[in-house]
Amino acid sequence: MTTTTAEIGRRTAVPDMQRIRRVARRRHIIANIGSALLGIVLMIWTLGPLYNIVMVSLEGHDDVFGSRIWPQYATLHEYWLVVTQGYWYLDFFWEQFARSAYLGAAVTFFTLLIGSLTSFAISRMRIRHGWVITNVALLTYVIPASFLAIPFYRLAQDYGMMNNLWAVIAALVTFATPYSIFIFQNYSASIPIELDESARIDGASPIHIYLRIYLPMMAPALVAVGTYALLLAWNDYLYQFLLLSDKASMTVPVALAQFLNSDEAPWNLMMATAVIYALPPIATYYAFRKRMTAGLTMGGVKG
Amino acid sequence: MVDNIQTFQPARPLPVQAAAAPRRRSWLRTMRGGLQGSEYTWALAFLVPYVAVFIAFVAYPVAYGFWMGSKLSLYSEAFSDPIYWKTVVNTLVYMAVDVNLEIFLALILSGFFMRRGWWVKALLMLWVLPWAIPEMPAYISIHWMLNGDYGLLNNALWTLFHVNGPAWLDTRWLGFFSIVASHLWKWVPFWTVIMLAGRMAIPSEIHEAAEVDGATGLRHFAYITVPMLANLYLVATLLLTIFLVGDFNTPYFITGGGPAMSTFTLGTLGVVQYTLGMAEPRLGVATVLTAMPLIIPLVIILMRKLRTAQVQL
Repeated sequence: MTTTTAEIGRRTAVPDMQRIRRVARRRHIIANIGSALLGIVLMIWTLGPLYNIVMVSLEGHDDVFGSRIWPQYATLHEYWLVVTQGYWYLDFFWEQFARSAYLGAAVTFFTLLIGSLTSFAISRMRIRHGWVITNVALLTYVIPASFLAIPFYRLAQDYGMMNNLWAVIAALVTFATPYSIFIFQNYSASIPIELDESARIDGASPIHIYLRIYLPMMAPALVAVGTYALLLAWNDYLYQFLLLSDKASMTVPVALAQFLNSDEAPWNLMMATAVIYALPPIATYYAFRKRMTAGLTMGGVKG
Repeated sequence: MVDNIQTFQPARPLPVQAAAAPRRRSWLRTMRGGLQGSEYTWALAFLVPYVAVFIAFVAYPVAYGFWMGSKLSLYSEAFSDPIYWKTVVNTLVYMAVDVNLEIFLALILSGFFMRRGWWVKALLMLWVLPWAIPEMPAYISIHWMLNGDYGLLNNALWTLFHVNGPAWLDTRWLGFFSIVASHLWKWVPFWTVIMLAGRMAIPSEIHEAAEVDGATGLRHFAYITVPMLANLYLVATLLLTIFLVGDFNTPYFITGGGPAMSTFTLGTLGVVQYTLGMAEPRLGVATVLTAMPLIIPLVIILMRKLRTAQVQL
């Protein structure tokens, strides 16, 4: 009796299993083809504007106004012109580039400094009513940048801060610090408070604890926030555009945009300039990509 | 340790309770239940920079802005301009269409990037590239690419399919569609990474348990991923809406407001039309302030959500 039931079971089970396996394999293949197609679409979508900017930067002037989808004669001539400041609107390119770099560095530095001091006082020293500051910072984070811009512009005029890079630095630090405070507070929760306690028992003052314990332990979060602040400064156009109008105080994006609306925009030169301008943040981003992603979601997205 | 505390604050005696308790706890108590003496001064000093930044560069300009836009006649002046009403429609459409498309695409694509395999990883590396590229270079590239006569897009359409593409930036709605597409190009990668992190934070045990119960792909999505990510999704939507109201770069660089100032949003119009080169940019402030009724409810919901749900971006 038992053998026959087992046989029947086997006889019906075998084709069943085969069919299930076949269906599963077919579904697997379809899913793979589907995701490969989606992958190709995403790749074309992402690469389109990038291909465009590189292609135009390699083209000759007449070639720009043609109908080809690849450069007829690819040349690095435009890059050479940019690097040697060999065109009249690029007279101050390196000066402007240095100013952009200075802006990025200053915004990063002050964001890290102010953000880490604030979050140290709130989450490590646990000052009373620290949550008020946290909430106030949260409020800043949700004020759209272009809303503050107009009064800011007006006030900069009043205080003689026009064409002063520090006005831009102040504005961008204001927008970057709230985020830094959140990330630092979240991250510092993972550092045992006992470290601070034992240092205090050994007679360390708060500034010592901040410098010797807090900052080294926070290194990953500092890197994440630093990258964020640098990208924010490099992304900004509005404040630089409003506050820096003088040729002697311009940054790269402001100088570049001046030629966007002129009659004979040298597109290939503009694209070459834009590529050079975009390289530092790209390099920084890919250098710290892992840290940055971790930082963005740190303590965060548990839902 | 008692010595220590006394050196910190010689003027004050230790609280009696703290002195009676075990030493370690007494220290904690001073630390948590309000700092004392020099420690408190230090903590206050640490807060000074941020408070100063906030007062000087947030509170003061905001108050000043409200004051600038406080005259009611400014609003009737703004409302009498037909461009203003076009801009309001644009702002609403921009928020409704772009925000939802962007976050929804990010949610779907994050599922794609959860797949295994080296080429998915490689593609993700490429996919996040727009995030790292500054807005201005990216947008001037797209602006030229969409040029009706010489742009890469129409050239490619002609070369590959012999189709004559439209002049993308020369009509209101095509121009507007181009702005939305450009913003998607730049920012969907960022939100994809956020959603991806959200998906990865879902414990794998839940999916495994569902697997045992016979759940298939779509059900995993509908009954696990969606409810687990609902909060994140909402916060992302609210934040992006607020960011978009203040977005300047995308409309400014993609269409430049053209044709005939029909594709700007409130933030861009206020800055470009009524602020630049003006001694008293009151009308600019007024224009931008009329978007406040849209933003304030969102901010209130967002503040609540952020505080309770611990979702941070």
